[in-house]
Amino acid sequence: MKLHTRRAAGRMAFYLLVAVIAFYTVFPFYWAVVSSLKTGSALFNTNFLPVHPAWKNYVAVFTQQPFGRNILNSVIVASSTVAISLALAVTASYALGRIRFRGRSTLLLVILAVSMFPQVAVLSGMFQLIRALGLYNNLLGLILSYMIMALPFTVWVLTTFMRELPRELEEAAMVDGASPWQIITRVFMPLMGPAMVTTGLLAFIAAWNEFLFALTFTLTDNMRTVPVAIALISGASSFELPWGRIMAASVIVTVPLIVLVLIFQRRIVSGLTAGAVKG
Amino acid sequence: MRSVDKESPDSVIIPAPEPPQNDGDCRGSTLTRQRRRAAYLFIAPMLIVLALVAGYPLLRTMFFALTDARLSNLSTYHFVGLANFTELVRDPVWWQAVWNTVVFSVVSVALETVLGVAIALTLNAHMPGRGLLRAAVLIPWAIPTVVSAKMWGWMYNDMYGVINAIFMAVGLISHPLAWTANPHLALGAVIAVDVWKTTPFVALLALAALQLLPTEIYEAAKVDGIHPVKVFFKVTLPLIAPALMVAVIFRLLDALRIFDLIYVLTSNSRGTMSMSVYARQQLVDFQNVGYGSAAATLLFLIIAVITVVFITVGRVRFDK
Repeated sequence: MKLHTRRAAGRMAFYLLVAVIAFYTVFPFYWAVVSSLKTGSALFNTNFLPVHPAWKNYVAVFTQQPFGRNILNSVIVASSTVAISLALAVTASYALGRIRFRGRSTLLLVILAVSMFPQVAVLSGMFQLIRALGLYNNLLGLILSYMIMALPFTVWVLTTFMRELPRELEEAAMVDGASPWQIITRVFMPLMGPAMVTTGLLAFIAAWNEFLFALTFTLTDNMRTVPVAIALISGASSFELPWGRIMAASVIVTVPLIVLVLIFQRRIVSGLTAGAVKG
Repeated sequence: MRSVDKESPDSVIIPAPEPPQNDGDCRGSTLTRQRRRAAYLFIAPMLIVLALVAGYPLLRTMFFALTDARLSNLSTYHFVGLANFTELVRDPVWWQAVWNTVVFSVVSVALETVLGVAIALTLNAHMPGRGLLRAAVLIPWAIPTVVSAKMWGWMYNDMYGVINAIFMAVGLISHPLAWTANPHLALGAVIAVDVWKTTPFVALLALAALQLLPTEIYEAAKVDGIHPVKVFFKVTLPLIAPALMVAVIFRLLDALRIFDLIYVLTSNSRGTMSMSVYARQQLVDFQNVGYGSAAATLLFLIIAVITVVFITVGRVRFDK
């Protein structure tokens, strides 16, 4: 009897803990959604439900600033970054993962080190490079600078995945006289599909969220990416920020990411553990 | 060689990509030579791009650190030796930024590790709705840092913020607090957001490690009637320690370069300014490229030293 009640109490405590964890992780986003649907004075009372939900803030996000353009910029920059780094990484990771050659482990260490660079450590040099190439306030400049984060990361994770493929496949292809290039394009590429989706997705999220370079290397509202646009939303005076609009913009850019994460949950977890990517 | 397991993510020892030894026997054969040549060719494009976007800007920044360059005109400058560095070490604002960064990194990474392990243990228990909870935990990780800074900034709002409302309703505080403006609270407020945002990362890595543990040990412990808390500290924790170590190193390196969260939540205020925020303010807002580059270089060196120390002490192996 006593054991029974103790076990029941233990279970209760456990589910309470689960509830607290769920509340802690989800509430801030829930609150952003609720706030984005409130307008006028409703925003300033702490009702936990939007009593009169209104879309006004969502309309205002697109009419008061070029937010549509900002989203397009982010999509262009993030997908180009992913495409270019995957293209460069796939051959490199084949060489690093499957061929023994002199200097291979040094190279891997350098790649890992670059992925941990503090971005600010290259800021002035990168600024000068971008100016010299005439890419200041240009999406191409952002794509170029994002290579510093995306490329080492994709190379590292793809190398890990590449290594896991069975070597019999490669041997069979070599016996048939396939060249290294044919081995990559005919044998490995088709098998690397899922790994490339995972890696690409993580690199996409990182590029989509990037702030420091985007803030520093763009100047006009039309060239801003989404994080910078949201950070710079301001009201009539600096003391009255349009919180409803800021929350609406936040919800707009976060919902697609959450959907992606929920769909690719398993893959993201495996990619995170393979690359131990930054948070 | 690691095995792929679709259900449970694999071990988190930083993988040391070791190629299969399929050209070991025929060393020096035409085939091996052909493969080696191909390897260099395959790596070259990646290396050239990395040299351009990482090597050059890093060296250039270190070079600027020795000059008096201004942002408005990067082509005219004078060589000033180590003057920027000697000025930097005499600036109390810089030391405040160093202190803020260290406190922020140590406290938030410690909290994230403890909470992350707790969440991982919860997620590892068999219960209905586990998948749903795991998905919920991933949400903060997916939200862009700038967005989470704004979301929390609104929740922290001194007049209309929901945190003041909840804390006052519960009786924790008697009057509304200015969470992000009050210098005694601001750094704590920043840490709370970072913990919320990045605990999922630690939790997922810890969970991956937990799922690899053999169940036999736990059955044996249960038969012997050992208290679960003791089992955790004597068995579970030592076994997942290497994986946790990797997570902690990655998180620490990330926390030391923190920029966006602090910049968006509390702007350039001294009480929370990190080293990255300080360096960018000098570089961009004050146009002091030379001085700002010196701060950036020092940050780079600090992180490099900490990495080396951690890798040595933590015995993280990159090649197994």
